[in-house]
Amino acid sequence: MELQAVLMAAGGGSRMMDLTYNTPKPLLPVGNKPLLWYPLNLLERVGFEEVIVITTKEVHKMISTDPKMKLDVKMKLDVVCIPEDADMGTADALRYIQQKVKTDILVVSCDLITDAALHEVVDLFRAHNATLAMLMSKAREFTETVPGQKGKKKAGEQRDFVGVDGTGKRLLFLANEADLEEGLAVRKSIMRKHPRMHIKTGLVDAHLYCLKKSVVEFLVDNKSISSIRGELVPYLVRKQFSRASSCPKDKEDPDQDLNRKDGNSSLEILRTAPVDEPLLQLARERSCWNDHRGDMSAAYHGGRLRCYVHVLEDDGEGVCYRVNTLATYIEANRLAPKLFEEPAVHPTAVVSERCQVGADSIIGASCQLADKTSIKRSILGASTTIREKVKVTNSIIMHGVTIEEGCNIQGSVICSNAHIGRGADIKYCLVGSGQRIEPEADRTNEVIVGSDQLMEI
Amino acid sequence: MTAKRNIIADGLAGDITRAKVEGKELTKEEKQRLRKEKKQQKKQKDKKGENDEKAPSERDKEKPVTPSSTPLSMKPPTQKAPSAVPAPSTASLPIPIPMPASEAPGPSPSPTSADKPVKSKAELKAERRARQEADRASKQGKKGGEPGPQASSSKPKAPPNELQPVVKRLPEHVQVDDPAVVKKLAKKLERQQTEGQGTAKKRSGVKIPLRSDYGYKVSLFSHLHQYSKKAPLTQQISIPSTVIHPSVVRLGLQYSQGIVAGSNARSVALLHAFKQVIRDYNTPPNEELSRDLVNKLKPYISFLNQCRPLSASMGNAIKYIKKEISNIPSQCKEEEAKNKLQTCIDSYINEKITLAAEAIYEYAIEKISDGDVILVYGCSSLVNHILCEASEKSRKFRVIVVDSRPRLEGREALRRLVQRGIRCTYVLISALSYILPEVSKVFLGAHALLANGYVMSRVGTSQVALVAKAFNVPVLVCCETYKFCERVQTDSFVSNELGDPDDLMVTRKGKTQLEHWQEVPSLGLLNLVYDVTPPDFVDLVITELGMIPCTSVPVVLRVKNVDQ
Repeated sequence: MELQAVLMAAGGGSRMMDLTYNTPKPLLPVGNKPLLWYPLNLLERVGFEEVIVITTKEVHKMISTDPKMKLDVKMKLDVVCIPEDADMGTADALRYIQQKVKTDILVVSCDLITDAALHEVVDLFRAHNATLAMLMSKAREFTETVPGQKGKKKAGEQRDFVGVDGTGKRLLFLANEADLEEGLAVRKSIMRKHPRMHIKTGLVDAHLYCLKKSVVEFLVDNKSISSIRGELVPYLVRKQFSRASSCPKDKEDPDQDLNRKDGNSSLEILRTAPVDEPLLQLARERSCWNDHRGDMSAAYHGGRLRCYVHVLEDDGEGVCYRVNTLATYIEANRLAPKLFEEPAVHPTAVVSERCQVGADSIIGASCQLADKTSIKRSILGASTTIREKVKVTNSIIMHGVTIEEGCNIQGSVICSNAHIGRGADIKYCLVGSGQRIEPEADRTNEVIVGSDQLMEI
Repeated sequence: MTAKRNIIADGLAGDITRAKVEGKELTKEEKQRLRKEKKQQKKQKDKKGENDEKAPSERDKEKPVTPSSTPLSMKPPTQKAPSAVPAPSTASLPIPIPMPASEAPGPSPSPTSADKPVKSKAELKAERRARQEADRASKQGKKGGEPGPQASSSKPKAPPNELQPVVKRLPEHVQVDDPAVVKKLAKKLERQQTEGQGTAKKRSGVKIPLRSDYGYKVSLFSHLHQYSKKAPLTQQISIPSTVIHPSVVRLGLQYSQGIVAGSNARSVALLHAFKQVIRDYNTPPNEELSRDLVNKLKPYISFLNQCRPLSASMGNAIKYIKKEISNIPSQCKEEEAKNKLQTCIDSYINEKITLAAEAIYEYAIEKISDGDVILVYGCSSLVNHILCEASEKSRKFRVIVVDSRPRLEGREALRRLVQRGIRCTYVLISALSYILPEVSKVFLGAHALLANGYVMSRVGTSQVALVAKAFNVPVLVCCETYKFCERVQTDSFVSNELGDPDDLMVTRKGKTQLEHWQEVPSLGLLNLVYDVTPPDFVDLVITELGMIPCTSVPVVLRVKNVDQ
């Protein structure tokens, strides 16, 4: 077996608490399918037959019991539940499943919606015998108004600085703005080996990583690393250019700081040679290929640790979204229908004839749409009830919502089981789960959640 | 009635053969008769169980049937420009031959129901035989007109019902412009089945995807494959490749991207991958390792061939492995057999590559004297090894490295030589005649040595050898014996490899002139990989068996075969 897929579905959705306080993030509906369905569908399309899903007990229960959250995937899902109270990062989760990992792994996050060609990433991993291969995509501007955002959009999250070499494939430098206090420092060893480096910002990390099996073993040794994206990946990228450790020195001074010895020995795990190394070495010596030119060193500068990245530059190569903020959630809902060909109107929905349903809208199962309603560019979840003379534009309505007559919903997100009274006028709002909006209400640009969900200060 | 019809049939056959031989068009009556017989044959097939008294009367009715439909059926769809005569000549065949066969069982008096299935089987057999012969004849006609671009299809081919002339089968990789051959290859790849399984078990096929050609091919080389690096074969297989062993997928990728390049490197990497395959192999129950493992390797070899056409050295290595596998005695246990195979592979690499390089160095060092100026072309691992070792033995010489686009392999050779402290000069091949007066010897590497003494090597080698000959500079080719192959070719057109045409694009000062080459209809980019050098330009071939002239290659091959 070549690769094992690991799906991280235990995240909390900390950046969109308004949506996720009632529904766990993996089960948020996007285009009337749970968010978890998209990476699973991606893995299935690409040819995986088994996936290890790391999630919480709550999500596991909801997947297996809730008939609405129908996951029609044909792969074998090996669900591993991690205890909810332990604040586990993604790397901690990998350490948790270390026993199940038998080959190189492909780690995917549950909030990834993409149709990019995965073989590009995996080919980099295979061809160059890389330790890490990841996928990144150009960030897109969000044009839709996000409910609940008052005033100008914030400066955005902290940027990532990604340094690649001339070919655009080898990852030389990766740092987040938050980690760079004084400025961007580039080590001389990198510059000596790769004098030309392109630094890009404005890239979104798709959180899709191909990791060698030795990395999991390294994690078992290094318990201090808890997040893949935050700590492991920058560490690996940095260690590509660190000098190889000298083992005899450690043997001579056993009393030297053990930290250094441990660090070096665990690094050696990453650099261990596979079996039959002399043959591979012979083949590489005889091969007339070099990945760089201009200096006297052999291919890869003799380094054993290599990190590669595939960047989705133009739009032709596919979309890539990470649904971790409200803005991306809305954007993903906008584009999700284009990713799969299913009928826009579910066969079990009851749509009356005097109702106008736009072409970009999706009507979920068992919906009931009364006369004279107009649904444009919106998504209606399962079992929603829309009474007469309702206009829904540009909105996302989750399941179980009831909208009484005469309402006007525009640019909003109505979470599950909410109830909108008659004649209400909701513009660019976020109505939390189970909330009731009184009739004749007029809300604009508000986040309406229950008082118990308000943040504790 | 039957006898009369038989006579008519024979007469008709005779007429037709006469017409073919004389090259005349068939006359109108003959055409009509042909149509009638064809219709009868069709009717016979359709109504098999019918009463035969009815049949003769129906035949009489068929005479005044409109002849308009038949001219279409007369000309079977051929791919090449069909000429008038070969088409009817091949079409006419099915008619007279099945006719007597179908006639014979036909008019027997009211066949009983018991006789009916037996007779229809015989009919079917005869028809099948006739169809096969017709197919063979049409293939004959096609094969004859194919290899030569000046297809003299106006001349009729010899009538196929005589002894068929022996036509050597062309390998499929030089018949890319024939759609039938490409279709056959696609089907073969799909059906690459593991043989040897019992008929009770379902045959499991290993599906290898077919890599499609890319871009416009120059017409002289349209019979070869041309692949693009941007469309790797891994696009079409599932990502956790279960069907193909992961190390083989990795190797295929490395071949197609050029990470493993060079004859020796490719062979060593191939044997390394096969070692992994053998290590992870488990004999299925009721199977013998010696037979099953060979079948397991077949789809991997097709996969690698699709990624990049196999080299001669790889072919020889594969032949060796297959022979070793089939020589494993059946009572050998699996672990033992696998270990034996691993050691075989190791010893092959050791003998044929590592030790051979040492032996070649021993011979070559006699030819390098102090004060020599040696010219090398491209990056040959063997020549680099010789020069590096020679410089360690403190021979004083300097090297001129000649390089060419698009591969620019000379830069890698330059790096390796300069790292050892050898004084080097670097020129492009266009400066060859300028630099040659300084040169005292030329050392070339080879990709393969053909049985007629021609040296197949990187494109540009024959140029270097030609110019060196013109300047009376001795040319020495260094080549291990495992690269000797039994193929014979005298030019670089008939069998070659086309690299990715996009490699010829170069960006200077931010502008890529050839960026939209596909949109210019009259422009074709040709990126040849190999060429052949005639033995007249090569003065000596240094192998581990000694220093031999180019023409002694078949002797070495014969001796090798005798040894094995």
